[in-house]
Amino acid sequence: MLWPRLAKNLFGRPLTDPAPPVPDQVVQALVERLEAAAQQRLGHSLSIREVDTGSCNGCELEINALSNVVHDLERFGLRFVASPRHADVLLVTGPLGRNMRAALERVWECTPDPKWVVAVGDCAVDGGVFKGSYAVEGGIAEALPVDLVIPGCPPTPTQLLEGLLALLEAQALPRATPFWRRDED
Amino acid sequence: MAPDAAAALGRIRAGAPQHARPYERYLLTPTAWAALAEALAVDRGLALLSLWAEPAMVHAAFLAEEEGEILLASCPAQGGHYPALSPARPGAVRFERMIRDLWGLVAEGAEDSRPWLDHGHWGVTGPLSNNPAPNALPPPQPEFLAVEGEGVHQIAVGPVHAAVIEPGHFRFHVQGETVARLEVRLGYAHKGTIGLMLGKSPRAAARYMARLSGDSTVAHSWAFAMAAEAALGVVPPPRALALRALMAELERIHNHLNDWGFACNDSAFAFPHARCGALREAVLRASAAAFGHRLMMDRVVPGGVAQDLAPGGAEAILAALEVAAAEIPVLLQIYENHASLADRVVGTGSLAAALVARFAAGGFIGRATGRGFDARRLPGYAPYADLEVAVPVLPQGDVDARIRIRIAELQESIRLVRGLLKTLPDGELAVPLPQRAGEGVGMVEGFRGECLHWLALDDGGLIRGAFPRDPSWLQWPLLEAAIENNIVADFPLCNKSFNCSYSGVDL
Repeated sequence: MLWPRLAKNLFGRPLTDPAPPVPDQVVQALVERLEAAAQQRLGHSLSIREVDTGSCNGCELEINALSNVVHDLERFGLRFVASPRHADVLLVTGPLGRNMRAALERVWECTPDPKWVVAVGDCAVDGGVFKGSYAVEGGIAEALPVDLVIPGCPPTPTQLLEGLLALLEAQALPRATPFWRRDED
Repeated sequence: MAPDAAAALGRIRAGAPQHARPYERYLLTPTAWAALAEALAVDRGLALLSLWAEPAMVHAAFLAEEEGEILLASCPAQGGHYPALSPARPGAVRFERMIRDLWGLVAEGAEDSRPWLDHGHWGVTGPLSNNPAPNALPPPQPEFLAVEGEGVHQIAVGPVHAAVIEPGHFRFHVQGETVARLEVRLGYAHKGTIGLMLGKSPRAAARYMARLSGDSTVAHSWAFAMAAEAALGVVPPPRALALRALMAELERIHNHLNDWGFACNDSAFAFPHARCGALREAVLRASAAAFGHRLMMDRVVPGGVAQDLAPGGAEAILAALEVAAAEIPVLLQIYENHASLADRVVGTGSLAAALVARFAAGGFIGRATGRGFDARRLPGYAPYADLEVAVPVLPQGDVDARIRIRIAELQESIRLVRGLLKTLPDGELAVPLPQRAGEGVGMVEGFRGECLHWLALDDGGLIRGAFPRDPSWLQWPLLEAAIENNIVADFPLCNKSFNCSYSGVDL
């Protein structure tokens, strides 16, 4: 039966993990890339559009795992949106495949300013193991200005979360400490 | 039918043996290949599993379904041409388009000669042929099959999708709410993987096969290793084989949990999705504790395994599986007892058994439509012979049947993992690979179906030719059939019930 389980869960401990710590130097580096205007306009929340330019789908598995109840991405004000027109962040996975370059550029054009590009996974950094293929141009930076790199093959959800929280903190810096860092004070 | 089947088999066996292991490859003349294509047209007993090429040579892998025999056939492509198999085997269509794009070899009399992987962006044509030609032409507009009728309109989706999934383009022709035709255009994730493998040692090329399709990294790594080991005549130690099976079953479990949850989510029923996500996360963490990587990437290598089970790994796996095993029956009951969910999945995306048989589609898609093929049982490979794998089969062929097969397989895989951990043999983890020529085939049942790898090594033990065939090659075309006459809104659900790999077939 579903309803008794739902009721029981209401009084149970959440399954969600605590937030991972975020390295301060990453946040500082991001702050320097961020215009003051962006901090005001984005607020303390980011909409993410994921774009796969030729990954093996390993990165997609781990990005999808961010939305499970254990990682619960949305508690931080981070959410995946269905269209680049609604996005602040492009989360790009895979080497830059020649067959996807045009689509990636169109996604970038569709995304309103201010916007960030996060390259996820070793392939997105420089083409990874697929570097040097006739079908691959290299990393995402060959096509778009990359603001943050989250390496790994694939990066774990915890590593992904660290990177995305650094983005949030970078734009939230003039404000109060976010809730997931309050315990550290 | 039987005499015809014998005729087709006989035509292959009349060719010259080329010493591939464990399944022989027979070299036919173009005339004999053309006769084989004609024999296949009347013979339903010989399933086409794969079709690929090398410069100036085309290869095919067949399964004699009744005999349970796998055999390979080859045809020299004289003047860059070879007789098409697609008139007799619809599964050959995309292979033939792929062969033309990668090797520049043309199938004479093919059902479809439009480009497949080559979208016109590579700067060359025939990148794997002996003489790739520069291509400075602007990329052509894709052509889609036409649909005629009153009020027919098109919906174009992708290559960037609304969800977090791989790139591909879906072209729907729709009449009202009903899908008249879906055509899938893939190739967006093409990375030139085969080209990167050529000239490398099997050990070095294993990294590419671990990244052919990340969700099947263990299965593809294993099938590739099996092909390399067969080519070189080496047998991995028993402990390596048991650890491979352990990882392969964990991979099946985490993927089946994931897709069961997502299929419920695509039916707007969130509770199973939330629970499956939590159970799967526990399995991935246990896999990381046991093998140092959540997806167990690069752990299976030619010759054996790269890493032993870590201390405490077995306990972590058993703990995660105990929770899953206890909850799966409860979730199944919830899945079965909600009419709103049943209304979405039962009768949706139905496939005809005859069509599944024509494409020889494997995995849960075949087994949910009456085709009971499972590579762990037939041809069978170590260590599964001793494990007596139960293979669930259902006849319905709808979304519900595909989900139920996966739930049954989940439970069977949990049983297998427990058994493997109980009887894990001691000993070495890998054997060294000699550097010499050879040709081998490996087939491993991944969570989607059988992964079929062919590998040819030159005298120095480096890769002369390779073809990794993901099970999705023979499943993608059936998605187009399954969605016909369903409503557009049910497409995400149908698609998730297939969950074919994009990267796996885009190569």
